[in-house]
Amino acid sequence: MITFRQRIRTAAVAVLTFSALTACGGSSGSGNDAIEYWLWDSAQQPGYQKCADAFEKANPGLRIHISQYGWDAYWSKLTAGFIADTAPDVFTDHLSKFAQYVDLKVLRPLDDLGPTSDIQDGDYQEGLAELWKGQDGKRYGAPKDWDTIAMFYDGAALKAAGVDPAELQSLTWNPQDGGTFEKLVAHLTIDAKGVRGDEPGFDKSNVKTHGLASEGSGGGGWGQTQWSAFTGSAGWQATDKNPWGTRFNLDQPELQDTLSWYFGLVQKGYMASYEEIGGANAIGTDKQIQSGTAAMGLSGSWMISTFSKLTDAGGKKLDIGIAPTPIGPTGKRASMFNGLADSVTTLSKQPENSAKWVKFLSDEECQNIIGQSGVVFPARPAGTELAIAFNKNERKLDVTPFTQQVEEKTTFLFPVTTNAADIAALMAPRFDAVYIGSSPITSLTKLNGQLNDLFKVAQ
Amino acid sequence: MMATTTSIEPVKAGPARKGPRDDTRLALLFILPALIGFGVFLVWPTLRGIYLSFTKFNLLTPPEFNGLDNYIRMVQDPVFWNAMKVTLYYVLLNIGFQTVLALVIAVMMQRLTQRTWLRGIVLTPFLVSNVVAAMVFLWILDYQLGIGNTILASVGLDRIPFLSDSAWVIPTIAFINVWRHVGYTALLIFAGLQTIPDSVYEAGRIDGASEVRMFRSITVPLLRPILSLVLIITVVGSFQVFDTVAIATKGGPVDSSRVLQYYIYDVAFGRFQFGYASAMSVALLAVLVIITFIQYRLTRAESSDLA
Repeated sequence: MITFRQRIRTAAVAVLTFSALTACGGSSGSGNDAIEYWLWDSAQQPGYQKCADAFEKANPGLRIHISQYGWDAYWSKLTAGFIADTAPDVFTDHLSKFAQYVDLKVLRPLDDLGPTSDIQDGDYQEGLAELWKGQDGKRYGAPKDWDTIAMFYDGAALKAAGVDPAELQSLTWNPQDGGTFEKLVAHLTIDAKGVRGDEPGFDKSNVKTHGLASEGSGGGGWGQTQWSAFTGSAGWQATDKNPWGTRFNLDQPELQDTLSWYFGLVQKGYMASYEEIGGANAIGTDKQIQSGTAAMGLSGSWMISTFSKLTDAGGKKLDIGIAPTPIGPTGKRASMFNGLADSVTTLSKQPENSAKWVKFLSDEECQNIIGQSGVVFPARPAGTELAIAFNKNERKLDVTPFTQQVEEKTTFLFPVTTNAADIAALMAPRFDAVYIGSSPITSLTKLNGQLNDLFKVAQ
Repeated sequence: MMATTTSIEPVKAGPARKGPRDDTRLALLFILPALIGFGVFLVWPTLRGIYLSFTKFNLLTPPEFNGLDNYIRMVQDPVFWNAMKVTLYYVLLNIGFQTVLALVIAVMMQRLTQRTWLRGIVLTPFLVSNVVAAMVFLWILDYQLGIGNTILASVGLDRIPFLSDSAWVIPTIAFINVWRHVGYTALLIFAGLQTIPDSVYEAGRIDGASEVRMFRSITVPLLRPILSLVLIITVVGSFQVFDTVAIATKGGPVDSSRVLQYYIYDVAFGRFQFGYASAMSVALLAVLVIITFIQYRLTRAESSDLA
């Protein structure tokens, strides 16, 4: 149930994933000395191709070859590439993965490479560049974009329920009764007979439209698009310090009360169950809103373009709106703040040229190109402004719910730790069990001990 | 148990050749290509795997010897024991249903019709790759959108979360693989059935035996060596279930379909703990060796009642 950004959930892609897996070890790209660059988000490829074209123009003699693989295949292929010496020169890196790669010594410190040695933290949105420094203080990734979480809603569902979209801007929640947020979720829930979730006679075991979409248990990615906005606004932090925490806080009441309320929405019929979203091959918030099984749901800013293109069965565009995450017990809203970066591998035969490309990707020119493509928010403030303008002018979409969290400093950072793969492997099944309802919320206390032990062994 | 049916004349062995020629060199020459493949792709990786099971190895930096640490961890790892249990449960369901069904299909092919196209049809699921079969069943059995559940709902039954409920998931995966492999197994058994001389059945018929009686007293005992071979092959294959799980459930819900092979894969390539994964592979190897040995002895696979 790993629900990181841009994980493509359609089954057809899973087939491709496997064929890609079995076909791994193939040659790397077309050209002989082209710099091989990998990314996983197909929506971002056209933008980065434009960057590559501009780079080639500015650097005669250097060529870029871009390869794109779906999320799951991407990391399998990368691992296989490191072992078989077919890894790319430069690849898009994720915060949940890079610490492991630093430990495995497959990333080059960018400070040691000429072109990237002068990257300035201050050029990027606050806090982004620092995230990519290892425990040794060296920089292993050049920031390319950032993301936050907000609520996407189906305008038609709100209209049918008689809800003014403006109400969504000031929702509050609490772990006791769910606040105005839960009231809205209940009102948007409709059972098979057309009875709403807050009306008498509501049949919670036979729900047609859930008020809130489910992105699974969130155990594999710190609940980024599931519960992190709630635990964050309850004042909870995943680790003792971030980055490089070694003690975990899953035993704290802030987390357990919040999750107990959050997963309790499933029992009330307000949120889809593990079975309904398709178990291990779950469909995301976008598909749930599109198919009408959910009226609104939390998702990341990298999904804006996907949501803006959603159509109904007849091919008519859905009226999608965006609202900020609800205000929690701390009196503030919260969103996880995460970002991607480009890393150079130790296997690269042309590290200096690769660093040149990484530098270009992190520079104004390319980030403005990406901003104008409107798929993600570039890491540089100017690029971010262009992306906001693109959404306003081209899509008639107000993306303030994503950006205001950064402006109002209500974000918290993705928990960066070592042993991330082990943590995910321990957490995912246990959180699934809580989501399914087969384990009590208190089982997370035992899990917390296991996570802490992981670091006792390691040190 | 089988003593009742040894009314067949033992086939006489041909006259022994006088002054046997020494064929050893020629034989070795013929065996050599296969031997090289066996050595490079089976013996060497197995030995290296056993060595790695005594090391801490993350695939990218050199392995460090750590003695029995991996094995101690394995004995204490509840996920490993759960995976062992889940795998055994799967093998029991898979082999049980598959063997009985395959036997019935093979006997029907043998006794009722000998048409080639029918044999072809029986084999078709085996031509579908595991991954495709898993994908197709994933769609068919989807809780909300799958045609299987739509049919269940239309006849008034409750929808069944085949691949997303801990009680259903292993039987469902076992069934998917029975569907895929039953034809192949049936064909192997069918080939075995054809080695049973018709004269035995004729004799049975003359004595007035029913089809059921002939099945019990002629077919099953004479098929024993083939059947035990088929069982050994399918049990070993069944223990190594992986692709269906990787596609359909990824080990979930929770750990209820986390079979051993999938856990090993995850530890090795997801978590970079190749040493521990090797230790678990060695454990799987040991289990398979023991089970195969017991099967071999129990079914007396080496001797045929026909000879």
